[in-house]
Amino acid sequence: MIPELGHFALILALGIAFLQTVAPLLGYQRRDAKLLAFASSAAQAQFLCIALAYVCLTISFITTDFSVAYVAQNAHTDLPMVYRVSAVWGAHEGSLLLWMLMLSGWTFAVSVFNRRIPAELSALVIAVLGVISTGLLLFMLLTSNPFDRLFPVPLQGRDLNPLLQDFGLAIHPPTLYMGYVGFSVAFAFAVAALITGKLDAAWARWTRPWTTTAWMFLTLGITLGSWWAYNELGWGGWWFWDPVENASFMPWLAGTALIHSLAVTEKRGLLKSWTVLLAILTFSLSLLGTFLVRSGVLVSVHAFASDPARGLFILIFMAVVTGSALTLYAWRAPKLATVGELHLFSREGLLLLNNVFLVVACAAILVGTLYPLVIDALNLGKISVGPPYFNAVFLPLMVPLFVLVGFGAVVPWKKGKSVETWQRLKLPALFAVAFAIVVPLALHGRAALLAVTGGLLGAWTIVAASQDVWRRIRAKPSFVAGIASVPRATWGMTLAHAGLGVWALGVAFVISYGFEKDVRLAPNASTEIGDFRFGFVGATEAKGPNFIARQGEVTIERGDHSVTTLYPQKRFYPSQRNVMTESAVDATLLRDLYVSLGEGFEDGSWSLRIYVKPMIRLIWLGGVLMFLGGCLAASDRRYRLAKAAERRLAVDGGAQAA
Amino acid sequence: MRYAIPLLVLAVLLGFFAVGLNRDPRLLPSPLIGKTAPSFELPVLALSTAQAADAAPARLGNAAFAGKPFLVNFFASWCAGCQVEHPYLMTLARQGAVTLVGIDYKDADADVRQWLAARGNPYAPILVDLDGRAGIDFGVYGVPETFLVSADGRVLHKHVGALTPEAFEKDFKPLLGAGS
Repeated sequence: MIPELGHFALILALGIAFLQTVAPLLGYQRRDAKLLAFASSAAQAQFLCIALAYVCLTISFITTDFSVAYVAQNAHTDLPMVYRVSAVWGAHEGSLLLWMLMLSGWTFAVSVFNRRIPAELSALVIAVLGVISTGLLLFMLLTSNPFDRLFPVPLQGRDLNPLLQDFGLAIHPPTLYMGYVGFSVAFAFAVAALITGKLDAAWARWTRPWTTTAWMFLTLGITLGSWWAYNELGWGGWWFWDPVENASFMPWLAGTALIHSLAVTEKRGLLKSWTVLLAILTFSLSLLGTFLVRSGVLVSVHAFASDPARGLFILIFMAVVTGSALTLYAWRAPKLATVGELHLFSREGLLLLNNVFLVVACAAILVGTLYPLVIDALNLGKISVGPPYFNAVFLPLMVPLFVLVGFGAVVPWKKGKSVETWQRLKLPALFAVAFAIVVPLALHGRAALLAVTGGLLGAWTIVAASQDVWRRIRAKPSFVAGIASVPRATWGMTLAHAGLGVWALGVAFVISYGFEKDVRLAPNASTEIGDFRFGFVGATEAKGPNFIARQGEVTIERGDHSVTTLYPQKRFYPSQRNVMTESAVDATLLRDLYVSLGEGFEDGSWSLRIYVKPMIRLIWLGGVLMFLGGCLAASDRRYRLAKAAERRLAVDGGAQAA
Repeated sequence: MRYAIPLLVLAVLLGFFAVGLNRDPRLLPSPLIGKTAPSFELPVLALSTAQAADAAPARLGNAAFAGKPFLVNFFASWCAGCQVEHPYLMTLARQGAVTLVGIDYKDADADVRQWLAARGNPYAPILVDLDGRAGIDFGVYGVPETFLVSADGRVLHKHVGALTPEAFEKDFKPLLGAGS
């Protein structure tokens, strides 16, 4: 009964999504306020339907209703409750439903927070989102219905893929999807601007918080994914340039470019058609990511549902959505052309450069990801493009970006002055050079080239980026008044840029000073890596709720004193006959000690994979800082102008009281 | 006109995707197709320990199978895909449609004897490739892989992964008739 209710809610949502598209467009054409106003109600009704469907599927999972085919494939009576809830998005059908839930959620949010947006624009935005909803709902109902029944009903389910039974991975897809789907709002704003032909500073100001919010979720999603891969895959790596990782990274790069070009469009009224194009590209790359993962066009560890019929549908969907947006762009964008000067040595000029590097990096990754596909399609053979290509192309493109961050913080809009810039940046530059020489030597006793470069860029980014905040504080009489005077958006930007610097430090140090070793150890034997001695005590049996495991015990000593004891596991999940590696990590900010179990031998010895990873935590800390920066920037008060007056009073009052 | 460039790029990309969609990315072509099969000469697996202790094992090479098309199936007792295809190999052996040469890839003799005792032996002879040299010559990525070699010793087809009835009917059978 409950699955039928969910199925019915989906069909109802499809009808509403269709109306949500057609009514506002008609209303726009006929200048009919009632039809325009229908958009919000439709968006809200659609959200309720999708939420109902989602709840229905969740209930089916919690009660392990194996008469639902999707539940039978992805649940088991021994599956712990938290993973029953996360199993909803553990495979193709359910993750589509989650996608849909988020899309309708974002649309719902637009319909609620649209009070200061002209009714026409808001209705058009919702209508464009309605097109995407209609397509996805059709996709779901026609090719991948999560509520399909199974007869005869199996007694036991096939269980959730053990890879996905990890908290990091349980929350990784939702955050990633929040980002992917969130860019649909920027896309809808761009298309609406092309329809109305009105693109001004106000438009950019409305679009910015939506874009920033989507971006920060994508940032968090990618960070979580990297963290999960490190913990769960047992290779000790944090990024693999896998096609699916690239699929999430490309929209991130394009979205980052979009955030920056939106700033130029808002402040200076420049780069209008470029901004619109970026908004379309960013969401199209999100769709492309979905296509690559779902269609089985590329081989990847992530490609868990490859089915050409589904791939074909997404391809057509992509052609319709992106194709029509780009057609509209080709037709209408010439009218958005701006008149205005753009000096290269100004904040907008630097932001344009930043856009160039980001987009080129994105294109390089796109080429590397699609090259095997194109070569195959042209019958030129089968090849694969690996990390060496991506590292060789991507890292050099990042260097100028880091340099630019520092300049961006001190060079003003319109036109910068070189003397003033030098005055403001000489101390940060000096600090960065000192940091890059001293820290690698102090921590590791030798200066690797990459560590020095990374240290230089990282320290430069962190210190130079904070110049903006620092000068604003210095301009005020007291420190507290200064802090209060810094807008939240500036805090956000500074924090995100600092996060980038922290990330660079982590990457450079972990590559330069990491140790790794594969050893075979008999019980009570030990091995030395760096200054650490890893002793293997032995392996014993351990038991979990739905798996049995061999658990190794590894003691770690440094000099004479014991550091910690780690318990890596090799888990066997009987329901899927799957073996999983659960590595054990002892983490501090400055270094990770990482042990995973390889193969066991008859004499009781085991092959162990041991890593010492200096500062690898900084990579994810950087991602989290960027996420927090996004939170601050998106919640800046000037995006909520209606309440601005009273808020300004409150803030000023608070500052005076202090 | 420059505003239409993104649209053109999209059209080209979509074209490639449409073609790519109809291809199997897991399909790995072999440069050996149409060429003479790599020469091999490997010891024959003794099917019981008693036999193994008996005498030095016989060795067989390409010449022993010439004149009739045959399948070369790389397998191992430690490989999951080999368990999957094993029942179908048994069926093929019963039908006697083609000679099935098994090459036991990087595997201990005792293990594979146990494996075959439990499941049955579909292979005409089993050759032992303990160090994986024959596997390298054939360009084996991973077991199981199956090669069809014609009567005059050329490789006609390569199948990666477990052999299925569908794959055999579609890819092997037509060649069996024509290539001999």
